[in-house]
Amino acid sequence: MARMTMIESIRSAMHVAMDRDEKVVVFGEDVGYFGGVFRCTQGLQQTFGKNRCFDAPINESGIVGAAIGMAAYGLRPCVEIQFADYVYPAYDQIVSEAARLRYRSNGDFTAPITIRMPTGGGIFGGQTHSQSPEALFTHVSGLKVVVPSNPRDAKGLLIAAIEDDDPVIFLEPKRLYNGPFDGHHDKPVTPWSKHELGEVDEGHFTVPLGKAVTRREGSQVTILAYGTMVHVAEAAVAETGIDGEIVDLRTLLPLDLDAIVASVRKTGRCVVVHEATLTSGYGAELAALVQEHCFYSLEAPVQRVAGWDTPYPHAQEWDYFPGPRRVAEALTTVMEDV
Amino acid sequence: MTTDPAHTSPLSLTVPEPEFRPGDKPDYSTTPIPRAGTVRRPEVDEDPEQFRELAYTIIRVLNRKGEAVGPWAGLVDDEMALTGLKDMMKVRAFDARMLMAQRQGKTSFYMQCLGEEAIACAFEKALRPGDMNFPTYRQQGLLISGGYPIVDMMNQIYSNERDPLNGRQLPIMYSSKEHGFFSISGNLGTQYPQAVGWAMASAISGDTKVAAGWIGDGSTAESDFHAALVFASTYKAPVVLNIVNNQWAISTFQGIAKGGSGTFAARGHGFGIPALRVDGNDYLAVYAVAKWAVERARRNLGPTVVEYVTYRVGGHSTSDDPAAYRPKEESDVWPLGDPIERLKNYLVGRGLWSEDRHTQYKAEVEAEILAAQKEAEEHGTLHAGGKPSVRDMFEGVYKEMPPHLRRQRQRAGV
Repeated sequence: MARMTMIESIRSAMHVAMDRDEKVVVFGEDVGYFGGVFRCTQGLQQTFGKNRCFDAPINESGIVGAAIGMAAYGLRPCVEIQFADYVYPAYDQIVSEAARLRYRSNGDFTAPITIRMPTGGGIFGGQTHSQSPEALFTHVSGLKVVVPSNPRDAKGLLIAAIEDDDPVIFLEPKRLYNGPFDGHHDKPVTPWSKHELGEVDEGHFTVPLGKAVTRREGSQVTILAYGTMVHVAEAAVAETGIDGEIVDLRTLLPLDLDAIVASVRKTGRCVVVHEATLTSGYGAELAALVQEHCFYSLEAPVQRVAGWDTPYPHAQEWDYFPGPRRVAEALTTVMEDV
Repeated sequence: MTTDPAHTSPLSLTVPEPEFRPGDKPDYSTTPIPRAGTVRRPEVDEDPEQFRELAYTIIRVLNRKGEAVGPWAGLVDDEMALTGLKDMMKVRAFDARMLMAQRQGKTSFYMQCLGEEAIACAFEKALRPGDMNFPTYRQQGLLISGGYPIVDMMNQIYSNERDPLNGRQLPIMYSSKEHGFFSISGNLGTQYPQAVGWAMASAISGDTKVAAGWIGDGSTAESDFHAALVFASTYKAPVVLNIVNNQWAISTFQGIAKGGSGTFAARGHGFGIPALRVDGNDYLAVYAVAKWAVERARRNLGPTVVEYVTYRVGGHSTSDDPAAYRPKEESDVWPLGDPIERLKNYLVGRGLWSEDRHTQYKAEVEAEILAAQKEAEEHGTLHAGGKPSVRDMFEGVYKEMPPHLRRQRQRAGV
C-alpha cells in the first residue's frame, strides 16, 4: 500500500498495465517526454520506451483513429485526450467506429481501447476546460463509460478498462486529481494523503466495471452521484444532518441498476446529482430508471441537481457549479415533499 | 490606405464547376495525358525530393497498341496478367448481377465499381497474406481477386441467414480479417487514420506486415484524411495511402475537394510523403506502382501516397442517376479507356488471349456468378426466405451482454 493522489494512482494503473502486457501502448498530446499536462503519464516513456509511450500530433480524431487501427492489429491502446472538452473532433471515430466495430464486423474486428480524459470544472478553466460530456457517451451503444471518484477506484477501474475487450471512455474529474474536493471552494482541500481512499495497492488489482459502491449508508434518501459530486454529496449530508445513502455509480455504462434499486427501495427517496448540464443529462436516465423500477417505493418526486444549461462560465464558476448548498436544498425538498 | 477603386469593388465567391454538365458535349481531346512509358521509375529508397514530379504526371504502362512499355513495365508476368483479366471480368460480372438484384428488390442498396476494376484487383496482388486493407465501399475487387467466396459476398448483400455479418450491416460493407479486409464503415475517411494506426502497430510490434488505406477523391476533403497523413508522416508508418480519383463524389466533381491544388497526389508533399500518380485503368501500371509503394513500406522507408486516375462509369450507388449531373457520353470519351479492354488487348497482342476466348470466358464467369447467386438466394434475400435471427440483434454490441441489453431483449420478446 502507498499513499497516492489520483494522478499518481492513474499513472500507477498505466504502469502496471504496461508492465503486465506489452500490447498496452499509451499516447496522446504531451504525454510522452513531458508526461502529460496533468502529469498522469510522467515517467512512462522513460520506463517503457518511445515505442510504447509517445507524443501525438494535436489531432484527436487521428489519436482515436490510430488507436482503433492499433487495436484492430492486436494492441491495447490507452490514449489521452488532453481535456474532455477537446474530444469532439474524435467523436466520429469514437461513436461510428470504436463503439460499432465489434457489432458491424460480427466480432471479426474489435476495438479494446481506453480513452482517458480529464473532465469537469472547478479549476477556473472556462467553457473549454470544464465540461462534463459523459451523456454524449452514455447515449452510444457499444461504449463503456467510467467516472472514478478517488485514487483507489481510479487505479482499479483504469486497469479494468485497459484489460476490457470493449472501448471504454474514462473520465477523470480533474478537480479530484489532488484531493477530495467537496465543493467548498473557499476552504482548503484535504489532500488525498489524509483520505482513506488515497491509500492504494501498488500492484495489480481491478475494480470491476459496471459495479456501484455505497459510499455512505443512510436510511432517509438515496443520493446517486459519481466523480466530484460524491464528495459534494458527502458534504451536503453532513451539513443538513439528513441521513442520506450515497451511491457512487463509478461506471455509468453499463449501469449497476441493482444497487440503485436496492437503495431507493430502502430509503423511498432519491436525489440525482451531476456536474454536467441538466437537460438530457445522465441524471434524466437515472431519474427515469428510478421511476420505472421503484415507483411504488417512492415517497416523493426524484430531484435532480446539475449544472445550469449554460456554457461553463469563467468568473461565475461557483455560481454555476452545483455545490453542497444546491445539493442540500434538493435533500431538504425531497424530505419535505410528502 | 489605398484609394484605388479596384480595392473597393465587391468581392465574389469562387465555386468551381466541372467542364461538362448534362447537355454539353464532353471532349477530352485537349486534356494532357502523358504517353505510356514516359515516366521514370525511381528506386524505392531514392530521396523523395528527387521525384516530386511523379505526383503531377500519370504513370502508364499500356500504350494505345496494347503494348507494355517503359520503366514500369515488365513486372507482371503472363500468368498474372491472365489472372488479372479474369479477376476484373469476375468483378464486373458480379457487379452486374448484384446491381440487377437490387433493381429486383432482393436487396436495399448496391455500389458497383464499373470502370475501376483494375485498381483493387491489381493492388491486391502486391500485398502478402497478413497485410491489411482499410477499404472504402468500392474495393470489392480486393476480396474477389483475393479469393474470398463470392457466395459469402452475396449472402452479405442479401442480409440472409448465411450473412457473415448477421444482417447488421448495409449491403456491401464487408469485413474479413482473414482476407486482409478491414470492416467497411459508411462514414467517409474514418478508415484512413485507422490504416495508419494499424501500420504503426505493426512497426511497434516489430512485425513485417504493412497496411493500405483507401479513400476517394471527394473524401480527401475530410479532416481524417489530413489526420492520417500527419500521423503517417510523423511516425513513418508502413502504409500505402491510396486515393482513388474517379472524378465524381456522388454529383460533386473532383474540383470541389481538390480546390486549387494541382493533384490529389501532391497533397502528400505538404506532409513530406512521396506521392505517385498512376493510370488507374491500366492494370500493369497499377500493379507496378502498388508493388513499389508496398516495398517501400515493407523496407521501413515510410508511407507513400498513390493517386489512381480513373472514372466512375456507373452511378455513385443505386440511389442516384448520373444523368442528372453529368453528360451521359462522358464515360465513353474518357481518355483512359476501359481497364478490361486494355488488358485484353495486351493479352491478345501477346497471343495469350483472343476475342473468342474472351467471349467464352465472359460466359463462363457469368455462369459462375449466376450459380453463386442461386446458391445465395437459397438462403434468402432481404425480404424473402431465410433471415438472420432477431435475437442476434442484441448480440455483439459488447463482448458480454450487459444487463440493460438483456432486459431489452426480453422486452422485445426474442
